[in-house]
Amino acid sequence: MPYQFLEDIAIADIAFEAWGDTLEDAFIAAADATINVMVENLESIVPRETREFMLENESLDMLLFDLLQELLYYKDSERLMLRVEKLRIQQKNSLHSLQAIARGELLDPDRHHTRVDVKAVTLHRFRLAKTERGWEASVILDI
Amino acid sequence: MAITEVIERISDTIWELPVSYKEGMRVPARIYGTEKLIKEMDETVYDQITNVATLPGITQYALCMPDGHFGYGFPIGGVAAMDAREGVISPGGIGFDINCGMRLVLTNLTYSDVKPHLKQLVDMLYERVPAGVGSTGFIKLSKQDFRNAVEQGARWCIKKGLGWQEDLELTEESGCIEGADSSKISEKAVDRGYNQIGTLGSGNHYLEIQVARRENIIDEPLARTFGITIPDQIVVMFHCGSRGFGHQVATDYLQIFLKVMQNKYGIKILDRELACAPFDSPEGRDYFAAMKCGINMSFVNRQVILHRIREVFSSVFARSAEQLGMHMVYDVAHNTAKLERHMVGGQIRNLLVHRKGSTRAFGPGTEGLPERFKQVGQPVIIGGSMETGSYLLVGVPTGAQTFFSTAHGSGRTMSRTKARKQWRGEALQREMEQRGIYVRSASWAGLAEEAGGAYKSIDDVVEATERAGLSKRVARFAPIGNVKG
Repeated sequence: MPYQFLEDIAIADIAFEAWGDTLEDAFIAAADATINVMVENLESIVPRETREFMLENESLDMLLFDLLQELLYYKDSERLMLRVEKLRIQQKNSLHSLQAIARGELLDPDRHHTRVDVKAVTLHRFRLAKTERGWEASVILDI
Repeated sequence: MAITEVIERISDTIWELPVSYKEGMRVPARIYGTEKLIKEMDETVYDQITNVATLPGITQYALCMPDGHFGYGFPIGGVAAMDAREGVISPGGIGFDINCGMRLVLTNLTYSDVKPHLKQLVDMLYERVPAGVGSTGFIKLSKQDFRNAVEQGARWCIKKGLGWQEDLELTEESGCIEGADSSKISEKAVDRGYNQIGTLGSGNHYLEIQVARRENIIDEPLARTFGITIPDQIVVMFHCGSRGFGHQVATDYLQIFLKVMQNKYGIKILDRELACAPFDSPEGRDYFAAMKCGINMSFVNRQVILHRIREVFSSVFARSAEQLGMHMVYDVAHNTAKLERHMVGGQIRNLLVHRKGSTRAFGPGTEGLPERFKQVGQPVIIGGSMETGSYLLVGVPTGAQTFFSTAHGSGRTMSRTKARKQWRGEALQREMEQRGIYVRSASWAGLAEEAGGAYKSIDDVVEATERAGLSKRVARFAPIGNVKG
């Protein structure tokens, strides 16, 4: 599990750190951490539905913000709990783009052990950085 | 340096950080609370409230209420009044859950009437008022209808037969804030909210059956005025907001503001979550009109939930909601920005008052109060944790010092992540039942995170608001049944 929830910050909300060797891995870890706040057992999410989407942003960290926000959009608009399966991040001139294939299914409270709803991704202390270990993200989710 | 070494004690309940505390502060920051509450407060609160003090147009003070705790951008409990011409509007000063608020409903039942039916009531409320992750409501409407609803607020509900005419007068802004413009909201925001009307959401949102015990009536004449008239009277209190719709509206404009804030308007901020635009700018005006749709969605949501509560009580007691005396006391918002007129330095000023986790608490005679509260002041509803209790208070004249703002809840002292390690949802439910509180939750983990021990003492918080002259206690309610999101 390449992410951890933090105990001592964001007491009313939920803070996590996510990491990966590559940028794509770190993004996927952050996506899983976000869904894991809502569903305790990620393995219970069966990949029955697929959503493919493309996102663009001038800044790389805001591209991560957009990805997490997109997952919240599917959660509310279609009640879909999605895990990002494939991700490709590219940069053309000053624009970063992301192509994602996400799979999952309709929320089923009988099978998915739900925890708390995520309202939004906040920008407070939001951080994406390249480190010696690869890429790391810090995120606070509004609960 | 410890905050207690730099903070100046203005009185027993008012503490100040001067403009010299941080570069760029335009006004001092004032934090309300007893010494105990101030010492317990997360240090991030001081950092966040002094960041707020740097925002353009902030007037008098950046304020934090006694329930203040770690937020994003503003602390929770943060209040900032921006000059309407020179100041900014910031989604981070309102919160993602636009018009998250509280509604309090009376009954003419007593504890002994309800006790034999408590489980049935809570179970039925749990079924009829969906809660938890991804919950959807019973009202099916087109996206265009939803756009109409967020422009019309609770009036839309009354037209659809989902409430009583008198409910409107007992809701802030009469249930519909003027100027909501659905052309300023995104399709994504509509997609996220149009199937969620009548749902509680999760986190600290709840619906609670409470009892007003005789010994907990603090101001009997005022309690009587607000409808608390019989010993051990049962009331229903609930807490929720504008659901995915409001969250998306705030997110949309946060991103818009980030793009224009510095490039177009030259505004520098200390935390991206404080992204803002001049209130008097195309982007600022658009957000204000969109945010008002969020305010109205929340009024719609709480109105529909009230309708369901009346249905449930009516079904269980085989009497109409009218016969059960299920009138509203009031509906208060605690995540908003509103254009208000306040006296500053002997002059009436037009101010955009941001309240993020803070309840408006108009004193007697204030413009905008319903006729029936003109003499006594606005009812203020402050919810505590599910294990402790909640309060009805009233606005007071001395509330002018905070632009008539007070606390909104007890405020957390422990993180969710830590709380779920300390408590188990199943065990907590059993223990609470032994203590006479029957709770149903969509999530055991979510329940554990809301344990009473993770919160400050609600009694300390409301007492601090009273001692500071922000609001005055009327009655305390003890929980007996709870539906937890």
